[in-house]
Amino acid sequence: MRRSVILICLLLVALLSAGFCSDELRFYLRSDPKTFNPALVADDASETIRYLTGGVLVRLNRQTQQLEPELAASWKVSRDGRTITFQLRSGVQFSDGTPFTARDVKYTMDLLMDPSVHSPTGDAFRSAPGKVVSLVQSDEKVTVTFPARIAGLPKLFDQVAIVSAASPEKERAALGPFYVADYKPGAYVALRRNPHYWKHDDSGHALPYLDGVKLEIQSNRDIEMLKFSRNEIHLINAMDADYFDRLFRSAPGKVRDAGPSLDSEQIWFNQVPGAPIAAYKLEWFRSRNFRRAVSAAIRRDDLCKVVFGGHAIPARGPVSPANKFWFNAQLPQARFDQKYAMQLLGDAGFQLKGAGLVDRSGHPVEFSIVTNAGNRTRERMATMIQADLKAVGITVNVVTLDFPSLIQRISENFDYEAALLGMTNVELDPNAQMNVWLSTSDEHQWNPRQKTPATEWEAEIDRLMRIQASAADDATRKRAFDRVQEIVAEQAPFIYLLNKDALVGVSPSLRDVIAVPARPQTYWNIEHIKFSTERAGNGH
Amino acid sequence: MKALRTAALVVVTVIAIASFGGSLSPAFDAARQDRDHVSAGPSADHWLGTDALGRDRLARLLHATRLSLVLAPAAAALSVLLALFFGAVPGFLGGTSERAAKAVVDVMLSVPWLFLLLMVRAALPLNCSPAVSATITFLMLGLLGWGVPARVLMARARKLRQSEFVLLARGSGVSPGHLLCVHVMPNLRPVLTAQLWIAVPAFILAEANLSLLGLGVQEPLPSLGSLLRELETVLSIRADLCNFCALLVLIVVVSSLQIVFCKQEVP
Amino acid sequence: MRIWKALAYRVTVIVLTVLAGSLLSATLARYAPGFGADEQQLDARLSSDSLQALRNTTQNESSVVSYYAASMGQMLKGDLGMSHALQRPVRELLAERVTTTLRMIGAGLMAAWVAAVLLVVAAWLSGSQIFGTACSLGSGFLLCLPAGAVALLLILMNGPGYVALAIVVFPRLFPYLSDLVRATASMPHTVTAKACGIAEVRILLWHVVPAIRRELLALAGVSMALAIGAAIPVEALCGIPGVGQLAWQSALARDLPVLTNVSFLVIAVTVLANSGADLLADERRLAP
Repeated sequence: MRRSVILICLLLVALLSAGFCSDELRFYLRSDPKTFNPALVADDASETIRYLTGGVLVRLNRQTQQLEPELAASWKVSRDGRTITFQLRSGVQFSDGTPFTARDVKYTMDLLMDPSVHSPTGDAFRSAPGKVVSLVQSDEKVTVTFPARIAGLPKLFDQVAIVSAASPEKERAALGPFYVADYKPGAYVALRRNPHYWKHDDSGHALPYLDGVKLEIQSNRDIEMLKFSRNEIHLINAMDADYFDRLFRSAPGKVRDAGPSLDSEQIWFNQVPGAPIAAYKLEWFRSRNFRRAVSAAIRRDDLCKVVFGGHAIPARGPVSPANKFWFNAQLPQARFDQKYAMQLLGDAGFQLKGAGLVDRSGHPVEFSIVTNAGNRTRERMATMIQADLKAVGITVNVVTLDFPSLIQRISENFDYEAALLGMTNVELDPNAQMNVWLSTSDEHQWNPRQKTPATEWEAEIDRLMRIQASAADDATRKRAFDRVQEIVAEQAPFIYLLNKDALVGVSPSLRDVIAVPARPQTYWNIEHIKFSTERAGNGH
Repeated sequence: MKALRTAALVVVTVIAIASFGGSLSPAFDAARQDRDHVSAGPSADHWLGTDALGRDRLARLLHATRLSLVLAPAAAALSVLLALFFGAVPGFLGGTSERAAKAVVDVMLSVPWLFLLLMVRAALPLNCSPAVSATITFLMLGLLGWGVPARVLMARARKLRQSEFVLLARGSGVSPGHLLCVHVMPNLRPVLTAQLWIAVPAFILAEANLSLLGLGVQEPLPSLGSLLRELETVLSIRADLCNFCALLVLIVVVSSLQIVFCKQEVP
Repeated sequence: MRIWKALAYRVTVIVLTVLAGSLLSATLARYAPGFGADEQQLDARLSSDSLQALRNTTQNESSVVSYYAASMGQMLKGDLGMSHALQRPVRELLAERVTTTLRMIGAGLMAAWVAAVLLVVAAWLSGSQIFGTACSLGSGFLLCLPAGAVALLLILMNGPGYVALAIVVFPRLFPYLSDLVRATASMPHTVTAKACGIAEVRILLWHVVPAIRRELLALAGVSMALAIGAAIPVEALCGIPGVGQLAWQSALARDLPVLTNVSFLVIAVTVLANSGADLLADERRLAP
């Protein structure tokens, strides 16, 4: 009797364990993914799913920032920079067993280049008008030809997850380490280990080590922090400095500072002619001296210390030092110098009248800074900048707006004076910022959609960006973009404030998680991540 | 009860004097940032410690209390007046006006006024002074916060319309206006006082949430609502009780006002 | 015949109120600043063609009246449109979430009413002014708690979402209830009943409650509106995937198809709740 009870208990335990995935990584998505189609990805949650499930031809190693072969064993770019030929790995299958061939690459590129498809991934390849032609030379060889040279062409394929042309599961058939097993809207996305994943570790065991990934949908950062501190989730991919410091005090082994991220925070002034702001204010904002004076009056060190708890560094320009190749180390450090700021203002015709600054016509210098409401760090930064500029006689009104209202003001009706926002850099290559620097572009924030460049320096930036986009070698590109960074530092259309650190949370139960500044900071090597209790050869 | 009422009155008076007096004193500068002592505990220089930007918490509390104590009750009074106008008067008059008022109140209760508030923000100049922005915010809260009491007042007024003393007064030739003001209004006081107690803290808290739309009290001016918003995160949970001073002040003020104005119904 | 006429009249008023209310909501959402703006517009990787395509997604919604008429027509066919922000049919979104919200509102309202009624009854039976004052002070204390702090507290204690809703609704209910009962306590018929030595419970049930029946029903009706209003921040803050969270996300994203349908739902429920309360209050007077 006793023996049968023990046997029944053991059976129950076995049954329960079979249903329970013990090596399942859990972390949060901040919102529902908008799509599972890799070609249409434009939001963070969908991008996460794509990274974890998508197989790419080449992969940018987020740690070394070097390109590595993935599904493509090798590749070659033609001399004119328009054609790339991939030699694919053989014997690779999608998660449902469908063989991977060159036809899938062609299918994916055709899908991405469809004029009705609008996504950041596809747009990165649209260097010039004209058709993109993909040619299948054999099952394992494919060429893709573009209408014009594309700078940094191979690296762009890091974002292109290959979709199956033949699988009945369409975009759900995955080449990456995981596939989407279940999706409950508003609740979670469950990923399971891809049984046909092509990668193996050095001992020959199949990867990934993890059985699955559960991505619960939760936008509340307090809940995320609580669940992480209770070990209910294993990763926090990006954390605010406040939360980082709180966790560091209670469990220092759970958090990591990966150093400066690729992102920056900056202010810019509205320079759009005809914007619905006072003409005299437009004149201020167009004055280089005014912009540089404002820059010199801001205590960036205080911003880093107070708002980010020391987990940030003053920024020098549009590129963070975390971007090893493209960062221009020759750029001067942004300096806080009130005397210099007053001198610049004096040269531009401003003078102190009592405690307040006035311009040549006697208008008191007062303007508003808009930023997005609900972002505590930006609200604090704006308040500190308000105090810093008061010290030089400038009155600043901090206006926090909900995001759509903010976007409408800065992108459509230009009804704003100054804006404080951040730039999120997903890619390392400056070509991804082309639309920021070209004066004709919509994203040329301070004065978009110019028919002809409004200033000589903007014309120069246009010229240099086109050089770097069409140059055959990286050295030429680097020289051109270094010069762009210098011009930006001189003219200050953006006043770069700081580069915040990449702060992450990693459960001590995980192994081989290497936190890096580039996205995704914690799970960029997901196939190698394992739990410390896991046996080698999981899945075999 | 009388002793309690007196004590409550004294407490409210002391808080009011302290907040008005303190906020006018240059010693209590709510905007000055001591960046070397952020999120610090109580000290000789900062009796209640400092906030995340190194600003003196006591100074900010005094300024915030003054602003909220003036504007929130004013907004609450406005909502009460509107509730009377849209609730009690149609309820007493009955007929088409009552039916129309019911429909208006139902729509009032269920339409997302968030968008109207966004329009108000869009209409305001960006360089609006913090005081003006605060005033307009509380004005909007008063203008939009009368739906619930209006409904209850309507039901009560309808009942009073059919009560014996009103019928008697009407039969005696008393005009509707006189009836409403002299006989009906006093009997509506319980609902009106309830609305006041609910509206004051509700509007103080709502003002802070309106900062997500660009309204509310703009920096560097503090409000009780903005100080309370700091409690809405796990980071506020720490041994430093000074973090909860704003909440304590709000509770004490609201409770004291409740005790002071709590009276028996007059038939 | 008269009864049917009265019923038809009431139904017509309800329908017209709901339609007018939801048209007003759609109009406010359409003309609020930020309509048509998408955070993808700030993605520097997008080309101008893609940005233009983004702006064109709301082209059909340029005229609010024609959009509203079209969406009402589609609603009658069971098609509630497509969410711009979530790229999914609105019907699916609502179907997934409505049960969660209904359960939370139901449980929260019940908890709030039970707590309010119990405290009012306890205060009445105790006859103690101090107890009554203490209850009022407790209600005032709860009113002063920011919804975010309440939600946080519940998350810390792993508490259910409906408790947060009850904590938000209760202090908005209790003062009315308490003042109504207290006012009735000094009415002549109540004083007479007390003088005749009738038991307190009987006085409460037979003399006080009937006297304030209309106000109680009105309060019941508006408490539904209060609960729906409270559900939005509670779900958004506690991360509960209900209609309230959907409404908040859609409001921030200016997702007109979702907002139109959610507003319609909310207005319909509010109007029905209040009309039901009125009907019960006036059950002997069905003539318009």
